[in-house]
Amino acid sequence: MLWEIFLTFFKIGAFTFGGGFAMIPIIQQEIVEKKNWIKEEDFIDTISIAQSAPGPIAVNLSIFVGYKIKGFPGAVICTMGTVLPSFIIILLIAKFFYQFKDNHIVEKIFLGIRPAVVALIFSAVYKLVYKSRFSYVDLLIALITTLIIVFLNINPVYMIIIGALGSVVYNKVVNN
Amino acid sequence: MSILIQLFVSFFKIGAFSFGGGYAMLPLLEKEVIKTHNWMSSREFIDIFAISEMTPGPIAVNSATFLGYKVAGFIGAFTATFAVILPSFIVISLIFAFILKFKNSPYVDWIFKGIRPIVLGLILAAGITVAKTSFIDIKSILIGGLLFYLVSFKKFNPLWGIILAGILGLVLY
Repeated sequence: MLWEIFLTFFKIGAFTFGGGFAMIPIIQQEIVEKKNWIKEEDFIDTISIAQSAPGPIAVNLSIFVGYKIKGFPGAVICTMGTVLPSFIIILLIAKFFYQFKDNHIVEKIFLGIRPAVVALIFSAVYKLVYKSRFSYVDLLIALITTLIIVFLNINPVYMIIIGALGSVVYNKVVNN
Repeated sequence: MSILIQLFVSFFKIGAFSFGGGYAMLPLLEKEVIKTHNWMSSREFIDIFAISEMTPGPIAVNSATFLGYKVAGFIGAFTATFAVILPSFIVISLIFAFILKFKNSPYVDWIFKGIRPIVLGLILAAGITVAKTSFIDIKSILIGGLLFYLVSFKKFNPLWGIILAGILGLVLY
């Protein structure tokens, strides 16, 4: 079981380009749809936690998913799986191919991968909206959040804190 | 030895104070590596960050490995990578324990209810931000459109999507 978890996260780590967000649809596919290690409705909360904590989102996601699947050993194995491909690739580049960046073939491959990363992120949004049963108010809040981040360049953490506090205050008032 | 301790402290700080992904930590990383410790030139730093962006894996982890290697070889790479991950590990462990303990508290439920739509908005915003620099011509828009269609509607495996997009880039450009 631990070996299977390691291999799965190794695969995820090796194919995560362009930061943690591109990892979301890949984790969704491997962990939720294929292996059923996490329930679809819990997935958005897992992303929420990864977003709310400091550090790389991809690493946070792996640690939390690891805990959910198999406790502390699971968390350690998932993290190692996610980080190891980066570690190996970077060491090889640092040692042997410092010219990597100016290589024309690599450049062309990346011209293809960059728009794919955008597509993967949008498809994660699509799947989450489709499967997580958001209300219209939720979707409106999501849209406002997007606009604020894109146009006002506010640190995402503040938005998360506002969302959490706002919801607690609102529910407290409604329930009284 | 002291350089390893410096590496550890710097990257632990970077891991602990960078919220919201790789790009958010760039200013802090720059300050630690160039201004505080003078480990390399600004030019070299920018090159390393560019490579960290291009290689698979979290940008923070990639740049920690690379910078650590440049500063102190393999053991430096290991130290910096471990240090950048450690804060995540501590914080996520605490959150996990907290959630287990207060699973039935309405507050936890309310907090998640409040955060969910925000996170959805953040993901969409990240997509738009990346799109601004990735959709540079009609070919890139076509690649993006095709991949979105395949992954969202045709159950195409995203891993194969990345490989397909790399091949398309090689063929089209």
